[in-house]
Parts: sequence; C-alpha cells; structure tokens
Amino acid sequence: MNFARSHILVCGGTGCTSSQSPKIMEEFEVQLAKRGLSDEAKVILTGCFGLCALGPIVVVYPEGAFYSNVKVSDVAEIVEEHILKGRIVERLLYHEKKSNEIVHSLNDTEFYKKQKRIALRNCGVINPENIDEYIAFDGYQALATCLTERTPQEVIDIISASGLRGRGGAGFPTGTKWSFAAREKGPVKYVCCNADEGDPGAFMDRSVLEGDPHSVIEAMAIAGYAIGASQGYIYVRAEYPIAVKRLQIAIDQAKEYGFLGEHIFDTDFSFDLEIRLGAGAFVCGEETALMTSIEGHRGEPRPRPPYPAVKGLFGKPTILNNVETLANIPWILQNGPEKFAEMGTEKSKGTKVFALGGKITNTGLVEIPMGTTLREIVEDIGGGVPNGKKFKAAQTGGPSGGCIPASLIDTPIDYESLAQIGSMMGSGGLIIMDEDNCMVDIARFFLDFTVDESCGKCAPCRIGTRRLREILDKIVSGKGTMEDLDLLEELCYHLKSNSLCALGQTAPNPVLSTLRYFRDEYEAHVKEHRCPAGVCKALLHYVIDPEKCKGCTACSRVCPVDAISGEVKKAHVIDTDKCIKCGACIEKCRFDAIKKQ
Amino acid sequence: MKSIAELKEIREQMQSRINMRKEEDEGIRVVVGMATCGIAAGARPVLATFVDEIGRRNLQDVTVSQTGCIGVCRLEPIVEIYEPGKEKVTYVKMDPEKAARVVSEHLVNHRVVEEYTIGAAE
Ligand SMILES: Cc1cc2nc3c(=O)[nH]c(=O)nc-3n(C[C@H](O)[C@H](O)[C@H](O)COP(=O)(O)O)c2cc1C
Repeated sequence: MNFARSHILVCGGTGCTSSQSPKIMEEFEVQLAKRGLSDEAKVILTGCFGLCALGPIVVVYPEGAFYSNVKVSDVAEIVEEHILKGRIVERLLYHEKKSNEIVHSLNDTEFYKKQKRIALRNCGVINPENIDEYIAFDGYQALATCLTERTPQEVIDIISASGLRGRGGAGFPTGTKWSFAAREKGPVKYVCCNADEGDPGAFMDRSVLEGDPHSVIEAMAIAGYAIGASQGYIYVRAEYPIAVKRLQIAIDQAKEYGFLGEHIFDTDFSFDLEIRLGAGAFVCGEETALMTSIEGHRGEPRPRPPYPAVKGLFGKPTILNNVETLANIPWILQNGPEKFAEMGTEKSKGTKVFALGGKITNTGLVEIPMGTTLREIVEDIGGGVPNGKKFKAAQTGGPSGGCIPASLIDTPIDYESLAQIGSMMGSGGLIIMDEDNCMVDIARFFLDFTVDESCGKCAPCRIGTRRLREILDKIVSGKGTMEDLDLLEELCYHLKSNSLCALGQTAPNPVLSTLRYFRDEYEAHVKEHRCPAGVCKALLHYVIDPEKCKGCTACSRVCPVDAISGEVKKAHVIDTDKCIKCGACIEKCRFDAIKKQ
Repeated sequence: MKSIAELKEIREQMQSRINMRKEEDEGIRVVVGMATCGIAAGARPVLATFVDEIGRRNLQDVTVSQTGCIGVCRLEPIVEIYEPGKEKVTYVKMDPEKAARVVSEHLVNHRVVEEYTIGAAE
C-alpha cells in the first residue's frame, strides 16, 4: 500500500453491504479515477462501525468525517467537495438526534462517547482482508511476545489476572478454563472457537469476524500455546457468508506469513486452524453439541461432566471460547491485565458488546464498559425509544434470558446484577421494548423459538417447551385460567432442573421473568380477556368512535371483509363478528376515529 | 515465514500509511489551501508533491489534508504545517520544487524554510 493523503473507509459489514456499500465503493473508485485522484485517496473496505441504523456508513480520514446514509448518487459530491477541495459535505454528516447538532467526527457522537471499544477496536478502522493493516495496529505482537518471552503458565496467569470471563453467555473465567485444559496430559488437545451465534437478533460475533478476523486467529494461536494444543477449529454458521469468506482470507494470509503453521516465529510451537460450518441450529452453540457437530455427528448435547477441558473434541482435552472472548485476548496481553481490570465492576471486568435492536433509535452494535447502566445504553447511546413512545422493558440473553422492566432501568449491566434480577448477560442480544409490546406475546415468541430449536434428545426440553407454549397460546387467545398461571410457573421449574443442557434449563427464563415483572398483564389476559398493549389479536376489538367519525366511508371501502357499514356523513360501525382485525381501517381513517380495545 | 524482526518491520512500514486513522493523532499535519483561488494558483501539483515525497521517504506521523480559502488569496498556493507543541508555520506562493524542499527540510529535519514563509513574503 502506498502513502495516500486520504483514506475513505466504507463499511462492509452485513448491514451496510445489504444497503449497497459495495456499489458505493465502486462509485468512489470511478469518481476518484475521473479526477485523477486514485493515487492520492484510497478506498478501503472495513468492518462494522456499529451505527447500523444509519448505514451505509463512510468515514473519510484524516479529517475523520463521519458520513451516514450515503447513497451511490452522493459519492460524486464527496469526491468533488471533500477529497478534491477539502470541504466537508455537511449535508451528509451525522446529525445528533437530540440536539440536531451536526457532528463531524465519529468519536464525538453521543453514540460513541460512552462506548469503549476493546473487542471491536479494529472494526471500522482496518481493512479486514489485509493482514498488514492488522499488523500496523499491533497485530500478532502479542503472539510473538508470548511465544518468545513467556511460558504457557505466565500467559494463563495474565488472562486470569485480567478477570476476563466468557462472553458466550455463561461467564466462566477464561483463565481458569485454560488452566484446566493446560494441566491435562497431551499430546493431542484442541482449541475451539464458538462462532455459532444463535441468539436471534444478535450479531456481535459476526461483526468481529467480518471486521477483525485476525484478532480471533491470533487469540486462538495464543490459547493453543497456553494449553499445549496444535490444532484449532472455528465453528461458524453457514448463514454468515461474509464472515466465513473474510475468515478464510485471514487464515490463508496468516499461514502465508507463518503466524499459523509449523515453528511459528522460529519456535517449537506449531498451530493450525480450520473452519467448520454449522447449519444454524441454536443448540449447536452449546459447547458439547458444538463439538459433537465438529466430529461429524448430529449436533446434540451430552451430559457434563466430563467437561470439555478433560474430555472434549474427539475425546481430547479441549477449550472452547466465544468469538468476543477471544477478541479481547491480544489486547489484554498487549496492554496488560491491569489495564483491562480497570474497566468494569468488581466481578465483571472489561467491556461487553451488545447488539442493540427493537424499539430504539440507534439500532446497531455497541461496546460498553461493564457496569454501565441500562439507562445510559437506552437513552444516551441508543438515542432513546423512537416515536415518542415510553420504554417498557429490555430483553437480554435472548431466548435464554429475561426481561428488565422500566423500574429497573438503572441496573448496572454486569453478570451479577443481571442474574440478581432474574435476567442474564447472555451473549449480547439487547432488545428494547416499548408500550406497544405485549409481554405475554414476547414470552410466547421466545418459546416458539425454543420449541423449534429443541434438539429432542431429552424429554423435559422436548415435551416441556411444547407444553409451555400451549399454555401461553391459551392465555393469548383469552382462554387461560388462573390455574394455568400456576401450572406455567411449576412447569418452568421442572424444565430448569431436569433438562439435559442449558437450552432447556434456560428456556423458561423469558416466561419466569415476564411473570415476575408483568404478572398484571398475564392476569389482564386471563381475567379480563384483554391485552393491555393491544397486540394479542384474539382479544382485540376494533370500534369506531361515533363522536369522531365523519362518515367519509374510507374505512368501509378499504375493509376486505365488508365488516363496516354506515351511511355517508353518518357514524359507521364495525361488525365484530365479521372483523378479521387486519387493521386496514385504522390506517385509512384520517380522523383518528378507530380504536383497538 | 516471517520472523519477529520482519513483523516489526511490516508494522513500522505500515505505520505511516495508517496513522491518520489512529485516535491519538499526534503527528505533523500539512494543510494545503484548496479553494478555487488555491487551485487556480497551482495548489494541486503542490499537494501531489507533498503526497509523493512523504510516501517516498516513508515518513511517520505525517498527514496531508486540504482546507478552504485561508484568506490571503494573492499569496496562494498556501501551505500550513502544524506540529504538536510548536507554532503553526505558513508557507506561501508554493510550487512543487518548494514543496519538495519543505518536505526534506521541515518535515524530515524539522528546520523551517524561512524564505518561503509568510513573514518573508510580507
Ligand atoms: C443453547 C445454547 C446456545 C449457545 N449458543 C452459544 C453461541 O451461539 N455462542 C457462544 O459463544 N456460546 C454459546 N453458548 C454457550 C456455550 O455453551 C459456551 O458456554 C461458550 O461458548 C463458552 O465460551 P466462553 O467461555 O468464551 O463464553 C450456548 C449455550 C447454550 C446452552
């Protein structure tokens, strides 16, 4: 790469790619060439910047100008004005939602200010398909230092001292896990990376693999050195084609440079890495099922103990770590464990990446120091709930997790605090809900997911999740009884204590936590046959307010089942027996006269 | 296979290429006036010379950017150099040869080329 005075970074994450960022890159090349600027300004593909709601994102250095919602037709203007004449195109800069202030640089946005990017340090900064750029940002330095200056035990001690805990959901201390595998007898051991990312709506691991694949590769080689393994596997779902492609490019480059392979840095340590594609079953993210799947069998869990550190992949001692866990490793070794432990709370060190979704302005990827409150994430970083609606609850941990109600919005986000209120850290999905979400419906949604994803090996999970869903179906259709609520709760505890793996053990969490914080909503469904949020179709009635209705007939004309009648200029009425609750009339009414009850 | 020395070499080589993307940008900034007056007076070849020379010499911690009209159109092309902890230096009536000399004297050896500065021109 030659010296260029300007770097144009175009986001190549999955979100921006689907909103045409590859076309934008092409157009930049064309426009630069047209003006003879191709040597002066370089167009660089990069990973996720996090603000996916505003994609495609383009950042131009050295000014660090942060352009959002860029269209192919905007490119000529950016090149002409910014690259040629040095005038930043204000029109395309990011506007702060609250103050409507124009923000020039990414780091000055409210979205970025409270974030601390460790695992995502290189995402949106480097070209993930160029190993030299990773090296320029201190890449493979940690591996070099470990292999030549530190014993395996010293490496493990550093990881332990940092306080790093697994980011895949369970939060087990990483250093301890490594030491368990290190003390087992070799010679054959394995290092596995869990990139299955099955939590619906979560995309932290995908973004790390797409934006900074070398950090995971480097960490796995370090882990191999620490425990005495010479083979690693990355288990990634086939639905992540961009991540898989960049990972393969990165592995090939690392092999070419000799950072993978025999005698790395002229030492006795050898390490090789292969990708294994998963077909996207949620249960394959569970560690024992994942290893069974790598072995070529159907992905089903098995009882623990024996734990993988003792008897894992192909019956050999194995460590398995999540993508984000691994992405922290080179940083910790480069910057020292103390630096890492400075961030976070007493028992939860460092940062956590969340995929922010649902009813939130800044949908995207955020990395926050542990201990940041949910309020800061929702109101400051996330930009609040859109359309003037009220925040009702947040779901962490996806189908295995629980909800945090608005009354607990000041809860600090760390392993202990979340567990205490009946939720969990999870792998990083964070779904925001507003007053229009029905909590019973949410619980049912997650149960739907676990019913589909239960592998069927053990009866409590296979049958129990179905029975739970049946009871929830009864409640949302207005046929539930108060006894059903008790039965629901009892069944939840059976699943928790009797399921084979954590899929079944945690499947009741969404039900239990909504029961705990929103019992009144369940009761409204049961006792009053009413859905307070106006979501559950079976309990809804559409009515026309005769005071507001002007008799314009728009609703009766749009109704697909002719359920609305009335004379012109007189109030109309809806025949609730005929009404299929499609909502077409509400959208059509210009007088706000139709309501859901 | 790369040795540790080679890893270090790649890292240093690359530093100058990617430095502008680092957060703690403490390097030297070369800013070329590129408004209509600057471009008309020949700012483009001046800018190109800075880019070429910095690349050729593999200078660390230098970024080149442009700005709009600096306000003294009769002295264009104008180039300003910002070094952390030092006073800004403004060069005027630049051309490619002068630019090359500013790179070798000012950016490499940290000696201001007095005769090209705005003080000398006034
Ligand atoms: C049903 C189920 C799904 C899981 N899915 C994932 C996943 O997608 N990614 C992940 O890293 N861990 C997942 N886990 C957790 C893993 O079993 C394991 O704890 C984790 O990968 C260990 O790595 P860590 O210590 O770095 O977090 C899942 C667990 C269960 C029970």
